[in-house]
Amino acid sequence: MQTFTSITAVAAPLLRDNIDTDIIIPSREMKSVSKTGLADGLFAGWRYLEIGGRDPNPEFVLNQPAYAGTAILLGGGNFGCGSSREHAVWALAEYGIRAVLAPSFAPIFHGNCVRNGIAPVKLPADAIAGIAGSVASNPAANQLTVDLRSMRVSLADGRHWSFEMGEEQREMLLEGLDAIDLTWKWRTQIENFVAADRKARPWIYLDNSVR
Amino acid sequence: MTTQAAPLTLFEKLWRQHLIAELPGGVGLLAIDRVFLHERTGSIALKSLHEAGRTVRDPARVFCTMDHIVDTIPGRSDDTRMPGGKAFITETRAAALAAGIRLFDVQDPDQGIVHVISPEFGIALPGTTIVCPDSHTCTQGALGAFAWGIGSTEAEHALATGTLRVQKPNSMRVSFAGVLGVGVSAKDLSLALIARYGSVGGNGYAVEFAGAAVRALDMEARLTLCNMATEFSAVTGFIAVDDVTIDYLRGRRYAPRAEAFTAAAAAWRELLSDPAARFDAEIEIDVTELAPMVTWGTSPQHAVPVTASIPDEIDSGTTPQSYQRALEYMGVTAGTRLQDLSIDAAFIGSCTNSRMSDLRRAAAILRGRKVAPGVRAICVPGSMTVKRLAEAEGLDHVFRAAGFEWRESGCSMCFFSGGESFGKRERVISSTNRNFESRQGPETRTHIASPETVAASAIAGHLADVRMLASVPPGQG
Ligand code: SF4
Repeated sequence: MQTFTSITAVAAPLLRDNIDTDIIIPSREMKSVSKTGLADGLFAGWRYLEIGGRDPNPEFVLNQPAYAGTAILLGGGNFGCGSSREHAVWALAEYGIRAVLAPSFAPIFHGNCVRNGIAPVKLPADAIAGIAGSVASNPAANQLTVDLRSMRVSLADGRHWSFEMGEEQREMLLEGLDAIDLTWKWRTQIENFVAADRKARPWIYLDNSVR
Repeated sequence: MTTQAAPLTLFEKLWRQHLIAELPGGVGLLAIDRVFLHERTGSIALKSLHEAGRTVRDPARVFCTMDHIVDTIPGRSDDTRMPGGKAFITETRAAALAAGIRLFDVQDPDQGIVHVISPEFGIALPGTTIVCPDSHTCTQGALGAFAWGIGSTEAEHALATGTLRVQKPNSMRVSFAGVLGVGVSAKDLSLALIARYGSVGGNGYAVEFAGAAVRALDMEARLTLCNMATEFSAVTGFIAVDDVTIDYLRGRRYAPRAEAFTAAAAAWRELLSDPAARFDAEIEIDVTELAPMVTWGTSPQHAVPVTASIPDEIDSGTTPQSYQRALEYMGVTAGTRLQDLSIDAAFIGSCTNSRMSDLRRAAAILRGRKVAPGVRAICVPGSMTVKRLAEAEGLDHVFRAAGFEWRESGCSMCFFSGGESFGKRERVISSTNRNFESRQGPETRTHIASPETVAASAIAGHLADVRMLASVPPGQG
């Protein structure tokens, strides 16, 4: 997994609340059993003029020249709600988004970000609105920095905001670790747990005799 | 002198029972008892696991169903109306076979929506941890389980190791006091909660539903209530075990049998919050005066009593920007009475409201009546078992005679996968759980409500108060 330490980039505002995963990647754009080939479908319903088409909608922020090279999204509350589809995060990552700032995240989306090298940064809505306002005058010049070591978001003009993140999530992003490998370090404890649990709760352990 | 054990919440009990190791930052390594997959997001987990050279640790505790993109039109096959959908079906089948997991395949008489069949066959049991790469997995918490939706990468972790690393949520209790009125059901409880406390009201919480009104619900209604915990942004929703739970599970296929059942049931009866247990947050709602609820906008929090009008911005509980956009998208204006909105379609189905009791309540409204001219009405049973049971009771005749299509089970038009959909700007009354933009088709306008409200609206041709029809015999309403 790609590590995340710090990024400085253009930040694009998508300040509406409840941006759901079907807006991020419409179901119709998930065309095969694959984690790739999704960037094209990112925000398809907003980004293109026609459903299924590819003519860019000039009104959509990511299509505006000033926001070329966006790697940070500024979102509204409950960002990533709806369907659990990890495709939303795979599409963001493939497009080049490395961090999302929002007042709140839907829990599954938050977990999916962390497992794919995207930093989900929780900041109050007014802070995000303030950042969006500052960026808007000249997005390319007023780039935003998200730093996971110092746990700070800062603007080129020196203003900055601190944020918090769970230790486990932060470590995973910083180290780019594979969670399965990490978990196997607990193999003995897992085996001991299962052995004891089989006795305590035998009904949990099924065999293939019932189909 | 003995020290009294500290009182625990049900969630704390579930957590401790599955805790293998405490990891830094409030994360627990938890044992996972059941993994469920479906062809939309589960196939990629199996495929990716295989590509990483890993295997499923305990296939007997992993299940998979074809529900999301299979057609629900009678005579279905692997071909679906979703472009490219067939590959999801065939690849899921191959992966499930290779992994040796139980697959509820397209033509299986036990096929159905994951959150309908898991309780139906006793796959979800009290005290289990259940995960599925699907946000409505919280439905299954109704059995006194810790059930929650995860991403595909987490699903791989659960499949490979039988565990997950979980950030411990805070605890919330939502108590519903009082007695539900006629024509008001579990769906209205969910909508009332989310309308009052917002679509992020449960963010960061594991929510226990409690109170007299919840105890009075049958198991299917409890599944409906827990289903929409995800629309509340909660990690999960669940309900303590009682006689309703135990009676529901007796004799189900994957539940323990005979003496093993008795032993398990004794353990399950411990699965409730201790009387003095403390929660991080508490909400209490009296349901006695509650009316049937309908949404007017594009978030489940945009729900109001069916007798109400579209609220002004100030009362909408939504930011000005979101409010304007919602009005525009839905093609409605503030002050319009909801019952003055005419509909193009009515949909009964989904993991929220497609079980036997849902179909019975809807059929009771439809019996002897006709769907209004020009309204397309569809009923999709939640599982093939529900479909068979409903047909044995003759409910299919009631639905058909009223003018409803009677489908094979699946998610169907609960969501738009790229295949079948309702039309652009069509107004749909739906027993599903999400009224997001384009959820049921590009630009489709969804109003969510209980199945009885959907049935009443289908008859009326506009959003309707089921309590009016419930009191009027057919032929006169
Ligand atoms: S019925 Fe709808 S909400 Fe339920 S699992 Fe299927 S698509 Fe998701």
